[in-house]
Amino acid sequence: MSGPPLELTPTPEPSSLGTESPAPSEIRKFLTSRGSSAISDRAFRWIMLLCALSIFAIVALIAVELVKSSQLTISKFGLSFFFKSAWDPVNANFGALPFIFGTLTSSFLALLLAVPLAIGVAIFLTEMCPKILRGPLSFLTELLAAIPSVVYGFWAIFVLVPILRERVNPLLIKALGWTGFFSGPNFGIGLLAAGVILAIMILPIISSLTREVMTAVPHTQREAVLALGATRWEMIRMGVLRNARIGIVGSVILGLGRALGETMAVTMVIGNSPVIGKNLLGLGYSMASVIANEFSEASDDMYRSALIEIGLALFLVTIVVNGLARLLVWAVTRGAPPRVT
Amino acid sequence: MKKSTLLTAALVLCAASAGFAQKLNGAGATFPYPIYSKWFSEYSTAHSGVQINYQPIGSGGGIRQVTSGTVDFGASDGPMSDEQLKASKVKILHIPTVLGAVVPIYNLPGVSAELKFSPDVLADIYLGKIGNWNDARIAKDNPGVNLPNSDIVVVHRSDGSGTTYIFTDYLSKVSADWKNSVGKNTAVPWPKGIGGKGNEAVAGMVRQMPGAIGYVELIYAMQNKISFGYIRNAAGNWVKGSIDGVTEAAATVKQMPADYRVSITNAPGANAYPISSFTWLLIPDPAANGANGKIIKDFLTWMLDQGQSETSALYYAPLPKSVAEKVRTTVGQLK
Repeated sequence: MSGPPLELTPTPEPSSLGTESPAPSEIRKFLTSRGSSAISDRAFRWIMLLCALSIFAIVALIAVELVKSSQLTISKFGLSFFFKSAWDPVNANFGALPFIFGTLTSSFLALLLAVPLAIGVAIFLTEMCPKILRGPLSFLTELLAAIPSVVYGFWAIFVLVPILRERVNPLLIKALGWTGFFSGPNFGIGLLAAGVILAIMILPIISSLTREVMTAVPHTQREAVLALGATRWEMIRMGVLRNARIGIVGSVILGLGRALGETMAVTMVIGNSPVIGKNLLGLGYSMASVIANEFSEASDDMYRSALIEIGLALFLVTIVVNGLARLLVWAVTRGAPPRVT
Repeated sequence: MKKSTLLTAALVLCAASAGFAQKLNGAGATFPYPIYSKWFSEYSTAHSGVQINYQPIGSGGGIRQVTSGTVDFGASDGPMSDEQLKASKVKILHIPTVLGAVVPIYNLPGVSAELKFSPDVLADIYLGKIGNWNDARIAKDNPGVNLPNSDIVVVHRSDGSGTTYIFTDYLSKVSADWKNSVGKNTAVPWPKGIGGKGNEAVAGMVRQMPGAIGYVELIYAMQNKISFGYIRNAAGNWVKGSIDGVTEAAATVKQMPADYRVSITNAPGANAYPISSFTWLLIPDPAANGANGKIIKDFLTWMLDQGQSETSALYYAPLPKSVAEKVRTTVGQLK
């Protein structure tokens, strides 16, 4: 920079680069005014580290408290607590299996319904939506995310459940009854109703995150694929979805997290009956639901301890499911940079 | 301008400090919350400077908080067990305040007559032994009613609740089978049925599903104008849930123990409604704080005099005179 200024691009004050000391710039003035940068840098680093560590601290505190408060049942039932299906507050005999089953079944059912729909919504919004529709559609999707779950629950009881009972379930029983997954009695409420309401609740999360990820795919990718003669669907599949897949899996994991922990809406439609069976029209119970249902009136210590251990089970199941999901991401992305096959 | 602000600030400070000096905290049952909050607010209006806060966190929480001394009083729909009383650091008195009851509701399209249920039939429906509405035993209780051939859909509460406690306490008394295989508690291992969270969900499910039977609080059914069935009481009469019937159940209970921890389900009175229960305030005696203890004592006296007369406006059954007099003596002995 000390060389002679280029003639073609004259700078406003070429002489200031010369020997006489120039007036310091605003940025330089600020940088020199605020003391030693070594100290502030170190302080900044420590503060950031503290923020990061606080996550560990919160998780550890929750885990410790859950284990501590469920000592009674942990010492009485041991590991068998997680594999037993009894739930008898009268005789203090507890097991978490039906609740784990209910949580996992309703959540996976929700994913099964929500993921294709959410990705479809995202594709439409990013790739083929007319400009007039894009604003209202994204606004409505995000509105769905802002509705409180108790409202979803009431809507489910008074609108969704009657529709399922009178229209959908009879068809399912007729067409797919032979599989054993759809058999009577047809209450309307049950695992399927819980899955459907959860699907509606996680749809906005998955679709808006997927949309963000897909928008982030560079346009050159799309143009390149189109230039090679791809149809629009081929362009979306190869140029967009392939590049966005990690982000999409991430959004699905976030949706799953919400489904696993959802309490109120599920409680209102799952039937609250601790049974295990492959009939999706049958009743079920989820871990979050039983805690919400029974904690406030559980006056007996063993009973309370069992409910807290259910909380511990939910904690563990979430960790395991998240771990598996990470494994899935790793398996998907192992194949190095995205490529077209 | 400035002066008035200062004045207001001073006034607020005064009020705050006065409130702080006589602020009582209670926690517990949700069932009596409407009447309690009415009582506490009226009592505060009549006694300026006294403020009673009540948190309806559930009976379980109420018992835990009063035994650990974090609140001035607790409240519960079910009496504390002997072990709980023994484990408590302070002596806890049970003071009955109002009564509640549970009524059976059902949804049978085409049946306009009000159905009658014998105790054993009700128990066997909930046990799953009677699965169809045209069962001979239901027909026997309801002569002349054309009962449909449809499955009985059993609905019960999914949340732990005093309502379930009263209902299962009653079924345990009238059915040995129920007592042995299910038992009584705020939540029980139901042999069959769908769980609904709260009275509103149970009522909603029963209303939606033809052939459903459920149970809700009498107050809830009355406030929402839900029709409900008759039960045969211990005296052999068919009775329908009513405020008078509930109060009579409390008046005719065989022997009232000194600590009021008594179940009044299946009471012997001729018109007694059999699925009834007290709800209690749990009062530490002596109080941890003498001044607060005095207020509680004064409040309880007020509750017996004026409070009882306001119960029926909210559909709660008041204490019978005999019990109220007995409670007055107990309150008088509070330290």
